[in-house]
Amino acid sequence: MYLATTDAVAKAKDKKAKDKGGDAGKGAGRGKGRGRVTGPVLALGVVSLVTDISSEMVAAVLPLYFVLGLGLSPLQFGFLDGLYNGATAFVRLLGGYAADRGGRHKLVAGSGYLLSALSRLGLLLAGGATAGIGAAIAADRLGKGVRTAPRDALISLSSPPDGLGRAFGVHRAMDTTGALLGPLAAFALLWVTADAYDAVFVVSFCFGLFGVLLLVAFVPGRAALPVAPPGPGPAARPRKALTLLRIPAFRRVCAAAALLGAATVGDAFLYLLLQRRLDFAESWFPLLPLGTAAVYLLLAVPVGRLADRVGRRGPFLAGHGALLAAYVLLLLPTGGRALLIGVLLALGVFYAATDGVLMALATPCLPEGRRASGMAVLQTGQALSRLLASAGFGAAWTLWGIGAALTCAALALTVAVAGGAALLRSTEGTPAPAVPAPAPGAEDPHAPPEKPHAPPEGTS
Amino acid sequence: MTLTPPEASTRLRVISIVAAAAVLAAVAVTYTVRAVHRAEPIASSSEFALDPGHLYFRSTQAGAGRVARLPASGTGPRTPNGPSCERFYAAGGTALCLLRRPGIPPKSYAVVLDERLREKRRVALTGIPNRARVSASGRMLSWTMFATGDSYAGGSSSFSTRTSILDTRTGYLVKNMEEIPLTLDGRRYHSPDVNYWGVTFARDDNRFYATVSTKGKTYLVQGDMRKWTARALRENAECPSLSPDNTRVAFKKRVRGGTKNPWRLYVLDLRTMRERPLAEHRNVDDQAAWLDDDTLAYALPGRDGRKQDIWTTPADGSGRPELRVPGASSPSQVR
Repeated sequence: MYLATTDAVAKAKDKKAKDKGGDAGKGAGRGKGRGRVTGPVLALGVVSLVTDISSEMVAAVLPLYFVLGLGLSPLQFGFLDGLYNGATAFVRLLGGYAADRGGRHKLVAGSGYLLSALSRLGLLLAGGATAGIGAAIAADRLGKGVRTAPRDALISLSSPPDGLGRAFGVHRAMDTTGALLGPLAAFALLWVTADAYDAVFVVSFCFGLFGVLLLVAFVPGRAALPVAPPGPGPAARPRKALTLLRIPAFRRVCAAAALLGAATVGDAFLYLLLQRRLDFAESWFPLLPLGTAAVYLLLAVPVGRLADRVGRRGPFLAGHGALLAAYVLLLLPTGGRALLIGVLLALGVFYAATDGVLMALATPCLPEGRRASGMAVLQTGQALSRLLASAGFGAAWTLWGIGAALTCAALALTVAVAGGAALLRSTEGTPAPAVPAPAPGAEDPHAPPEKPHAPPEGTS
Repeated sequence: MTLTPPEASTRLRVISIVAAAAVLAAVAVTYTVRAVHRAEPIASSSEFALDPGHLYFRSTQAGAGRVARLPASGTGPRTPNGPSCERFYAAGGTALCLLRRPGIPPKSYAVVLDERLREKRRVALTGIPNRARVSASGRMLSWTMFATGDSYAGGSSSFSTRTSILDTRTGYLVKNMEEIPLTLDGRRYHSPDVNYWGVTFARDDNRFYATVSTKGKTYLVQGDMRKWTARALRENAECPSLSPDNTRVAFKKRVRGGTKNPWRLYVLDLRTMRERPLAEHRNVDDQAAWLDDDTLAYALPGRDGRKQDIWTTPADGSGRPELRVPGASSPSQVR
């Protein structure tokens, strides 16, 4: 039965078959080969689309609601909003760990989606109570933090190794579509209801709940996943997610992502610079990210497919090259439409070539049973280093002025791309399933049993 | 899997999802339709003019979102149905109305109104209306918007302010005053993170006071329109409001860190630079308005389910706060 599939898929299945004690039947329908996105990925894409409509609806109107609807201080909102951003890092690791324990990806991700959906009702019931609103925002963030890594792990587990780039591309394109539609829906609702924020919350809740129901109905549960049964024990603690960094290939991917993240200036800065350079009507300012999102949306799938064909390292680095191009464009004396289109295009390419592609790049380095934990570690590392970059860029701007700060950022990114290229050089030299697993028991006496024991090479 | 029986057939799952979608859509549509029915209409016309001897304010109860007025004596009926504004102020035959118009994305405007409360000029803005002031003569206007963007603009945690000044005599508009040369601690100060808000003009229509924030601190600044300079006078003073006799500034002072009740109202004597707390002990997040040389008015979160109420307190720190207009914000006394 393996003869009909590509070599890489065959290897992956074979490995899984060994891992699961010869139970290969469950995964057999999974690898449909290159060129087709599997049902679970499409289902997760639709879930993300619907959920993003729900969450972006609320995100778009929350500042308005807080300041104009409730007459509260924007300062308080800023605090509330910023407070929980840091907390999500820990929750994300926890979510990844919980999902890996016995392959409960669907349950953990579903709880995250449900919590975020319920937080809309919290906003509705909280009225003007700051504490209630704070709790609702916290619940939303908690849900988002918990669900991200299990969801990405589910995508990776439901796709053939040679179709990962495309699978993540499809998911991200659908996700971005939802993020684009959400604010439009919210503003349209405020329009017809003359600022009835509660209507936005109720409609958002309906979308959110629908997303959860879609997930329950169409995303496969534990039974359909190629993950070993639960491996509890003293070793399975969230902290242990970091032991994944002992896998050299994964460590290199994490290091590259963190390094490049540390040279990634936040979008908000770039939009602000663009607005200062072009001096266009302020009312257009909120529409700038729409341009980026549209490019991202259109390119996510083609770039994902390209990454499957030529390897994920190239597009990932080239994406950061596009970001570098955006910095350089802002430094050059070019102006007008060329600058605007150039920067938005470059940012869109950057997201299309790096966001989903990074997950596809990391997947082959991670044992199936610890995908969610690994992705959580990777995403957390990247988020933290980006946070650091934004803070650093803000400080440089304050100290040295914008030209010098942007030049520094461009230099840092150049160095980071070179460093990333060196780090990732050997990651993809070996075929996808070549998981350089640590020798069982050598480093970790309580190593979870789901780590691949079979030698990855020469089994087919 | 506890969430779904794995043996549920595809057909059954599709039927259930379609049914769930229908129910949820019905809930969403019903709720929206009911919200449309209770929507207050937006009005740009006014059933009254700017007449001396009245207290104008934005109503948050009957005729919510529209300006209303009361006789300054405190007794007499409330006259509703002025223009729709998010923030309102009037003096010297000129009114300033900050408003939002829904759309995709929503738009904000600063609308200049004449003494009949008819529109004279409209400036398109972004952000959320926050502060509005008119000089005593009615010539100089200033407003502050919170620039949030929406979720498209890189997250809502980065609140910044954008303060504009409009000279109605010359028509000269400073869209964003943050480029004004600022002197802090005796030295010219440069930083991209400066934010200004809460401008208040003196009787000469040239001198003004405002708040500047930089590096996590706030300062009271005194500015000069003609020279276009600003100078920090002291630290920790926000939303200044100059008394009608131009000798004192009411402001909110941060008395606690964090977000729980951080501000109290103070009055600063500009000759001695001595400050005095007012009898209002609650947290006030408003640019106070002087009703006369002895009384300050400001909005607080409302009681009994009202959104906001206007309170008054003596400007010398004596006495007790009094509830002046229930269900109202943006007070301004037209003399």
